[in-house]
Amino acid sequence: MKLLWDLFQTFFRIGIVTFGGGYAMLPLIHKELVDKKKWISEEDIIDIFAVGQSLPGAIAINTSIFIGYRKKRYAGAVCSMLGTIMPSFIIITLIALVFDKVEDLPQLQAAFWAIRAAVVALIAAAAVKLGRKAIKDKTGVIIAVIAFIILLLFNINVILMIIAGAATGLTIYFIRSSRKEGRI
Amino acid sequence: MILIKLFTTFFKIGAFAFGGGYAMLSLIQSELQINGWLTAAEFADIIAIAEMTPGVIAINSATFVGNKVAGVAGGAIATMGVFMPSLILVLLVSHAFFKFKDHRLVKGAFYGIRPVVAALIMNAAVAIAKTSIMNTEIIKSVSDFLAEPLNFVDIKAVVIFIASLITIIKFKLHPIVLVLSAAAVGLGMYYLGWI
Repeated sequence: MKLLWDLFQTFFRIGIVTFGGGYAMLPLIHKELVDKKKWISEEDIIDIFAVGQSLPGAIAINTSIFIGYRKKRYAGAVCSMLGTIMPSFIIITLIALVFDKVEDLPQLQAAFWAIRAAVVALIAAAAVKLGRKAIKDKTGVIIAVIAFIILLLFNINVILMIIAGAATGLTIYFIRSSRKEGRI
Repeated sequence: MILIKLFTTFFKIGAFAFGGGYAMLSLIQSELQINGWLTAAEFADIIAIAEMTPGVIAINSATFVGNKVAGVAGGAIATMGVFMPSLILVLLVSHAFFKFKDHRLVKGAFYGIRPVVAALIMNAAVAIAKTSIMNTEIIKSVSDFLAEPLNFVDIKAVVIFIASLITIIKFKLHPIVLVLSAAAVGLGMYYLGWI
């Protein structure tokens, strides 16, 4: 029971400051769940993120459901997800009640301009930290670099990228095991 | 009944929204226009709201539209619609995932997937950087950029970016504290007239 509340309030706190899209959640999840609470490992996060990307729906929601399931099955999944969603729901409901139109307050714009720059740093740092765990050998480096270049140049769908990654991984696996068995 | 329509429309959005935030936007827009729930101006409002509020755009727009169409209950129903597909699918997959993740074929696939994910995350940083640190809209060519880089780079944003990196790496500042501090810095700079 305590764990369920913990899941909810952890994701609630994460949800409140997730600005700039689902990826911005990653550094927060890393800090809270990997570093502080040690609920999941860095390798797990990468894999969960990968699967979360491949399924429809927002990556942040998918990730929270995954992690919640991992800790306390269905109840955990629901609590984590609710934690993630609640801040948005509450804030937007309040906004919708109070304002008829969105106000373009320059103060808000200034605050978000600064937040965006900080978020770039947060995500880049998370990319490097997780990259160290995600890339274990030279082959991994090559795959990552090629994927990064492709993403920079072309607007390839995330799911296609993950499928390509899976296909690459499987191909390498088959090549390596064939070599081991002396077939190649 | 309008509540049912809200639920089913947002369920559809939640079920087909692949690829993250902005990919979802066009799907949301077409669905909302079909139903006549939002005008183009109101849609622009949603995007502005989504920029300013925490959380994912799918939830933000569901709550907002639901509220406009049918009050607080509408907001709740629309939100439930949008997260249901995620809940169902992820629960289905989680079970299989944790069960099979040590299978050699799954391991093989993830060996390739993991570096791709690292690249995706770094690319997400680059994508936001394009709207934050660099003004990519007005860059016409690489040579333009290299000739006079200062025209296209928001120096103040770069300073905040670098300062953020330092606090993250050296001082291991908690991301929540960093985000709130950045907001304070932005506000402070506004009031000081520095922006």
